[in-house]
Amino acid sequence: MSAFAALLRRDLRLTLRNGGDALMVVAFFIVAGALFPFGVGAEPAVLARIAPGLVWVMALLSVLLSLDRLFQSDYEDGSLDQILLSPQPLTLAVAAKIAAHWLVTAVPLMIAAPVLALLLSLDPALLPPLLLGMLLGTPTLAILGAIGAALSLGARRGGVLLSLLVLPLYIPVLVFGAGAVAAAAAGEPFQAPLMALGAFLLAALALGPWAAAASLRQAAQ
Amino acid sequence: MFRALEFALRPGGALVLAGRNGAGKTSLLRLMAGLLPPADGTLEWNAAPLDPDAHRARLRYVGHADALKAALTVRENLSFWSAFDGGGDVDAALAGFGLSAQAEAPARFLSAGQRRRTALARLLLAPRALWLLDEPGASLDAAGTETLSRAIEAHRAKGGMVVLSAHGTPPLAGYDTLDIDALSMSTS
Repeated sequence: MSAFAALLRRDLRLTLRNGGDALMVVAFFIVAGALFPFGVGAEPAVLARIAPGLVWVMALLSVLLSLDRLFQSDYEDGSLDQILLSPQPLTLAVAAKIAAHWLVTAVPLMIAAPVLALLLSLDPALLPPLLLGMLLGTPTLAILGAIGAALSLGARRGGVLLSLLVLPLYIPVLVFGAGAVAAAAAGEPFQAPLMALGAFLLAALALGPWAAAASLRQAAQ
Repeated sequence: MFRALEFALRPGGALVLAGRNGAGKTSLLRLMAGLLPPADGTLEWNAAPLDPDAHRARLRYVGHADALKAALTVRENLSFWSAFDGGGDVDAALAGFGLSAQAEAPARFLSAGQRRRTALARLLLAPRALWLLDEPGASLDAAGTETLSRAIEAHRAKGGMVVLSAHGTPPLAGYDTLDIDALSMSTS
């Protein structure tokens, strides 16, 4: 467990020292999301109708944008070899890296999400299902993304490959994340979509770190 | 890449891998570390097939890349590997490779030789039986080479083993050479 904490602490410290990276992702989230009123018109009713889906799509893309650096720098500077050669279980190290990645990308996105949602005229009463959905859904995005990042490690144009690998896998999270907000907007209970997101998270937690670890071993050869 | 290669290493032994560029010295070291699976043949430890988990707990590998984070200080880099990978006295390791004065400097300000020393200082953290060093003397000055050779001697005196690749004279005394080009062993 101390290895988990050590790696988590190192990755958090590295992100804080290179603070620009994390801020850039949040800035992308807000700026790209704020383009939609210009594209579809500033009609509040239209915007409010599409806002849940937009916030979720922007969150997916922002997470995706930050994924390529998850293992890349460790791969390039030789740290990944050392992590692979450590007697610590590799799944534990992968889990630590995913946790650090989630803390520095998804948590700022959740803080920024109300801003973007209100820019898109989402009813403030719908923020709880949106944020609860993000709380349950973004860890799944980070875990699935880690599998893709490990698989595309060392590939030419890995970033594009990563998007192609990961985005289809993000569809269920998008459907149920936006679905929870849509259900709440229609005055229906939104527990069921949130529970589906929770189920995805449990499945991803159980399988994701192992899959990513296996891909990393492959990438190091 | 290479075939019909057979060699053994005893406690306290040192093996130097020689060969032209691209002969496969790095691949052989990565194979011995368990990073690469052999296409054919076996690696054994005490005459038993290698158990990858146990093997990782008894080796240290220093490759071409220094595994340093530019944004962290020398001490933070080493402390991380100590905490992540089995403990060890960071201050002693820093002092062992003459890095005490640079301990608080971010790794981005180090010279190539100092980066190398920091990578090598990992060897002095919690002791491991087998050191696999890929051109450890690269970019080291005379004093650095001397430090490295003393560290290797101390390691071998305690029964540790070392395999290293080198161009020219390796920084140690009394070793076997495996010439990958000629597929021959010699002792010097």
